[in-house]
Order: sequence, then C-alpha cells, then structure tokens
Amino acid sequence: MTKRAPDVSVSPPRRRSKYTLAPLVLISANVVLFALFFVWPAVIGLVYSFTNYTGVGAFQFIGLDNYQTLFGDSTFYDALSRTLLYTVLFVPLNFVFSLLIANVVVSKHAKGASVARVIFFIPWLLSPIVVGVLWRWLFGENFGLVNYIIHEFGGSAVPWQSNADLSLLVVVMAASWAWTGFSMLLFIAAIKNVPVSYYEAASLDGAGPWRQFISITLPSIAPTSFIVILLNTINAMKEYPVFVALNNGGPGTSNNLLVQYIYETGFKRGQIGYASAASFVLMIILMAVAIIQLIVNRRVENR
Amino acid sequence: MTTTDMPRPVDAGRGRAVSKKRPRRGAGSGGIRRAVSATTLLWLLACLYGLPVLWFVLSAFKPAGDLFSYPLTLVPHDPTLSGFKAAWESANFSQYFINTTIVCVITTILTVGASCCTGYALAKYDNRWLKVFFIGILATTMLPSEVMLAPEFLVVRDLGLYNSFAGIILPAVLTATGCFMFRQFFLTVPDELVEAARIDGARELAIFLRIMVPLSRPIMLTLAILSFQWRWNDYIWPLLMLNDPDKFTVQIGIQSIVGAQNINWSVLLGASVISMIPLIAIFLVFQRYVMGADINAGLKD
Repeated sequence: MTKRAPDVSVSPPRRRSKYTLAPLVLISANVVLFALFFVWPAVIGLVYSFTNYTGVGAFQFIGLDNYQTLFGDSTFYDALSRTLLYTVLFVPLNFVFSLLIANVVVSKHAKGASVARVIFFIPWLLSPIVVGVLWRWLFGENFGLVNYIIHEFGGSAVPWQSNADLSLLVVVMAASWAWTGFSMLLFIAAIKNVPVSYYEAASLDGAGPWRQFISITLPSIAPTSFIVILLNTINAMKEYPVFVALNNGGPGTSNNLLVQYIYETGFKRGQIGYASAASFVLMIILMAVAIIQLIVNRRVENR
Repeated sequence: MTTTDMPRPVDAGRGRAVSKKRPRRGAGSGGIRRAVSATTLLWLLACLYGLPVLWFVLSAFKPAGDLFSYPLTLVPHDPTLSGFKAAWESANFSQYFINTTIVCVITTILTVGASCCTGYALAKYDNRWLKVFFIGILATTMLPSEVMLAPEFLVVRDLGLYNSFAGIILPAVLTATGCFMFRQFFLTVPDELVEAARIDGARELAIFLRIMVPLSRPIMLTLAILSFQWRWNDYIWPLLMLNDPDKFTVQIGIQSIVGAQNINWSVLLGASVISMIPLIAIFLVFQRYVMGADINAGLKD
C-alpha cells in the first residue's frame, strides 16, 4: 500500500528518518485507542473463544468445544445460511441499481441530474433503524402502502411480514435502497474518470451506447466495481439494525442473522465464550471475502 | 471501522491525466430522443427512491386517527404536528436527542483531531513505526466492530466506561477512513512547503499546527459530516453500552417504540422524522463536501 501511494504526491517522499518524536506524538492518540479498542479485544476475544466465560467470574479453558458446539448448532447454521442468502441477494441488487443510476446521472442527456442525485443520496443518510421503520411502514400487511396499491390493482394482500422469504426480501430491498446512494457516488467518480477519447473513438467506429457501456465503461470501472462489491459484502454480512427495526429477524426467528445470533448468545444468554467463537467464524468469512477480492482485484489491475 | 483504502491507489491518476471532463457519449446521435429517454429513466428511478421517504414524511403529518383510514392519501387532509409533539414529549425523546447530539459532537471533534494528526504523520514522515501502525489501521478495516462485540464490550466495561458516554465515544474515535482521508490529502501537499518551514526554523509540531491544519479545513469538514452521520446513526454499540434510560440515544429510543407490544405509529413516525432532520439539514447545507469529496478514500464506517 505505502509503496503505491506516491502516484498522487507531487514529489516523491524522501527519507526523513531523523524525525522520530514528532510523528510518534502525532499518532499517539490513535495508537492508544488502537491498542485499547482493537488489539486488546481481538486478543481476549480469541482467548475467550476457547473458554466457557460468561462475562463474570472464573472461566475454564475448554479447547475447541465452543467451535464443536457451534458446528452442531442448527440455529447457527440457519443464521449463517440466512446471512449468506441475504448477502447473495443484496449485493447484486445494489450493484445493478447503483451502476444504472450512476450512468443515468452522469449522462449529459438527462435533465435535472443534480437534483435527482440528491434524491438518490438521501436514503443513505437515514439511520438503518429509520430505514427499517420506513420499510415496515411501507410493507405493513394490513396497513402498508404497497399492499394498498396491490389491492387497488385487484391483487390480494401479500404476506410481507409473516412469510419468512418475503420478509427477507423486504429487508434486501430496504438495505439496497439505503445503500444505493453511497455505491452510486463511487461509480460516478469512476465513470467520470474514464477518458472521453475512448468514447469518441468508439462513436466513430459506430458503437451504440449499450456497446460502449459494455466495452468501455464496464472494464474501465472494474476496480471500483470490486470495491463496491467488497464493501457491500462486508456490510451485508454484518447487517443487524435494519432487520431489528423492520421485522426483528422475524417472523419468529427465521431471519435471525449472524450478528443477531452473536448478540443474543453473548449478551442475552451471557455465553461470552460461545459468542466469541461465533464472532471468529464471522471474522474468518469476512477475511476470506477480503482476500479473494484483493486477489481478483490485483489480477484485473495487472491485466 | 469498516473501511478499505483499496480504491484510492487504484483510481488515483487513472485517466485523470487524459481528461477531467464528463464523458460525452455519443454526442449528437439521435439527440432529442435520447435526452427524453435518459431524463425519463432518471426521474422514474428518482421517484422509486424518493417516494418511500416522501410517503413516510407526509404520513408523519397525519393525525393519528387518519393513519390507517382508507383510501390512503399521499397528502394529509389536515396536516398536524401532533405526532411530532407526542414523540418529542413521550419517553424522554427530547433527552435522547440531546444525548445523541452531545455524543456526536464530541466524537466528531475527537475523530477529526486524531485523524488529522495521524494522517499527517503517515503522509509526511517515514519511519518503521509508522509503517507498522499503518498496517494496524488497515487491519481495523478488515474487522468491523460487529465481529468483536463481546470482547470489546468486556474491555470497555473493565475500563470502567460501561453506561457512560465515554464508553460510546472513545472506541469510535479511531477510524481508518478518517486517517486515510487525511493521509491522502497531505500527500498532495508539496513537501517543499514543509522543507521551507523547516529552513525558516519552525519546529515540527508548529509546522503541523500552523500550516497544515489550516490547509486541511475542507477535509476536516468532510470527515466531520461523515463522522457525525455515523455516530448519529449508531445503534448496536450504544444499545450495549447504555443501561440508564436517561442516557439513551435517539436510535435506541426509536427502536424501543418499534419493539413495544403495540406500535404507536403516530409517535414512531414523528420520532423517526425528527431524528432525520439534523442529518438532512447538515447534508443540504454542506452537500458539496460530501458529494464532491474523494469519498473513495472515505468509506462508510
């Protein structure tokens, strides 16, 4: 990382190793916070995952028992598979919509793009809790606007809350809606950086807008696309507040996701050791995602 | 702490040298028809994204009795502020609002300060410890705090910060996003400026405080807005940290209305809309600092 940074600096950073005190003073506050709130929890979390610690009193080392229990726990599997399903639905939906919107917003043919951009961005400002409340309000089974419209068109009420799959789908739509603005900003920046000459050359060759999008825009913004997918995957894997406010992981416990599972076992049932083990499984998934993305990203860059 | 600074090195310089102008795709071909279709598509999508918020906000102006009365109407017949009043007065909501404001302001100030110092050190100095710490910050982007909920809770509790604002504020101050944003900015400041000040006999920290801090004002504002937003919208950490209802934040307050046996929609809508106001207001005023920012470097925390 450090090596590649000089791209943007005006002059290459020179060796200035004679200055030691000043930089250390400057980073000291963050170093302390890093040690206290990152290193320390990470270390004790790993240690506790091998114990039966409940948060108070003494604890015993129980080896891999927590992990064994975890992999025999159907609730954990449900939470894990629901989380993966949610991620698999959310990431592409968000990707397609934010890319589409970014393209329309930068198009010189579209009138009022700057106002529309603000409209697309506002959902991202809302807190996940409010997003959940808002979509609960839209998709209420007996009172929601969506079922009302379906009813007006002669359909019958859709069980948005009491059907587990539909209820997950509503969360997918809600979260995708809320995150579009952010992904859109990343895409807009990337699209604007594509050299105009590429498009001009393609026009001369008679390529239509769709062809230009596929052959020029998409490959040019590939690095940004990977970032969007990476970030959204991580965000989806750790989603919790939207679920809590929208349907509280319901109906029943069918849409309890990983973070909710960790929260429930760790804090409601006091099984800190066990929750730490679940956390580490989540961590390993996230790191795997990040590493895969890094490798793919590097390959694309070197192409 | 969920950031990655991947996009920066990738995007930096990419194509910028060639042109900064918008791509003028297919200029001239089928002009009017394309303008109409692009504009139509744009506004169809804008409606799809804008209508939920509009419906939600307008609903909050309906009297409680009208909320569920059919046929549903977009615009309230006789708009009223009673829902907002009820929300503001019920369940300490005004107290939550003040609590959240205090937490957000203090966290934001500390985040901007700490990130500015760290970003400057990472950009303008070169020594082994900085490299080690840079990797450390990168690591925080891989491990979102959700992954360490339980151990982080224990650490904060053992530090004696449970049920205090400090317990919410301090763990949130170090953000990779903030450090990367400032580092990115200071890399663009010519080293000659620092050298010149050194030749004039300025001390290192004085150079930072007198020259660099004032230069970085736009980044400070951008990070301040982002940081304020993250903290305003935080839910799970304050929920874990706070025990005393007098210290609750707005998001916990709203969630507690949702969690009630029978949701009081009038109060819930009022409370939710009130909670949106500060962020929307800040955003509309400082829009260009968020939209125009090199947000590639500053990702969601």
